[in-house]
Amino acid sequence: MTRRRVVVTGLGATTPLGGDVSSTWEALLAGKSGVRKLEDEWAQSASVTFAARVAVEPSEVMERVEMRRLDRSEQFAMIASREAWKDAGSPDIDKERLGVVIASGIGGVITMLDQYDVLKEKGARFVSPHTVPMLMPNGPAANVGLELQARAGVHTPVSACASGAEAAGYALEMIRNNRADIVVTGGVEAAIHELPMAGFASMKALSTRNDAPEKASRPYDKDRDGFVLGEGGGILVFEELEHAKARGAKIYAEVMGQGLTSDGFHIAAPDPDGQGVTRAVKLALADANIPLSEIVHLNAHATSTPAGDVAEANALASALGSDISHVAVSATKSMTGHLLGGAGAIESIFCVLAMYHHKAPPTINIENLDDAVTVDVVRDVPRELPQGSIACLNDSFGFGGHNVVLVFRSFEG
Amino acid sequence: MALTVETVLEGIKEIVVEVAGIDAGIIAMDKKFTDDLDVDSLSMVEVVVAAEEKFGVKIPDEEVTKMATVGDAVNFIVANGK
Repeated sequence: MTRRRVVVTGLGATTPLGGDVSSTWEALLAGKSGVRKLEDEWAQSASVTFAARVAVEPSEVMERVEMRRLDRSEQFAMIASREAWKDAGSPDIDKERLGVVIASGIGGVITMLDQYDVLKEKGARFVSPHTVPMLMPNGPAANVGLELQARAGVHTPVSACASGAEAAGYALEMIRNNRADIVVTGGVEAAIHELPMAGFASMKALSTRNDAPEKASRPYDKDRDGFVLGEGGGILVFEELEHAKARGAKIYAEVMGQGLTSDGFHIAAPDPDGQGVTRAVKLALADANIPLSEIVHLNAHATSTPAGDVAEANALASALGSDISHVAVSATKSMTGHLLGGAGAIESIFCVLAMYHHKAPPTINIENLDDAVTVDVVRDVPRELPQGSIACLNDSFGFGGHNVVLVFRSFEG
Repeated sequence: MALTVETVLEGIKEIVVEVAGIDAGIIAMDKKFTDDLDVDSLSMVEVVVAAEEKFGVKIPDEEVTKMATVGDAVNFIVANGK
């Protein structure tokens, strides 16, 4: 039996670069930074005073009453899903063949902390009855599933910063395994709050470049000093190829495969040998079963941490061998910051658009390229990719040693 | 000052508008919280806590389960308020 093929037929996003996909993509190609100094009172005395907030506040596009029942991460999921579903043409589908797989790295942490304040200040009776549905990590997926009446299954993989990519991989398998014909998938995160930021800062994971926030996320630069926390999310509509063709859907790209491994090395530090990453790339390429000559682009995880970026680049070079020479590598977190559970999702969207437009987005803020980085990094301006059939990789890694690699390919009909 | 049906109804309207985003114009004594006003079981908890605070009255859980309509809530509060 031939394997069911999966294509992307809808995209939606709300990111630090824009309130939707088109504005985000435009800012990405223009090399704009979404990182800003935080206005919040708590941030003024924090060790890190900046982050990448969404460009468009949910309150600008969502009714007040809906907002108060949804955690900020759930708001992002609803906003991006509505855009993606509309972009897909609001397909008429048997709801028992419709699934949702939306990840979050941390879940409704802002709700949890805000309600803890209510508990301490006013008492247990005043804790909102919406607290649990708002703080549960599956809340974003569940709310989108409810709105779309999805009945094939609603799921939430959790693997820290690899969550969004793992969700997309799960969605791919749901369609391949014939559990669903359409799956709305992606990842969201809303963790710009003093506690998570203090926690990341305490690990020395965050950049402390308080005097120049827009320059702080600088993957592959010699002076990179940590990641910049971002928020928002991305949603993709995955659809079985024949189903998409039958309804005349616009097809952005094909989802070719995934590779999943775990390091078994350390709870937070990347394995310096990067063997888990190398194996994940090889598994993904084997799953995709395409000529390596077609791989012309890679959206790297590259979070701007001293240890991570080089370990990743070396692992990629090791996995691809001489074929790394024709891969244009982009580190888009230089502009969006790091969306944690949303990262793998928005970067999958960037990969899909790179395949669709045959154009790789740039990496900004590299003033002095780290000598240890031997891959071909797309710097400052976008790069045209070859015409014809091309493919790309999106790799994502999470605290805990999770490695996820996805393969997308241009769709040539 | 004793609570009147009119003042309590006005108070309940304000709360339901805040919790459920319903147009105040359609809130009346005979309206059902769940069917007419989009106040589900979770939101009903919010309405009750807000009403207790606003009117200084305790509404026991067993009474809440009997409150199908706005009128049921208003009448309970008027009868049991100070």
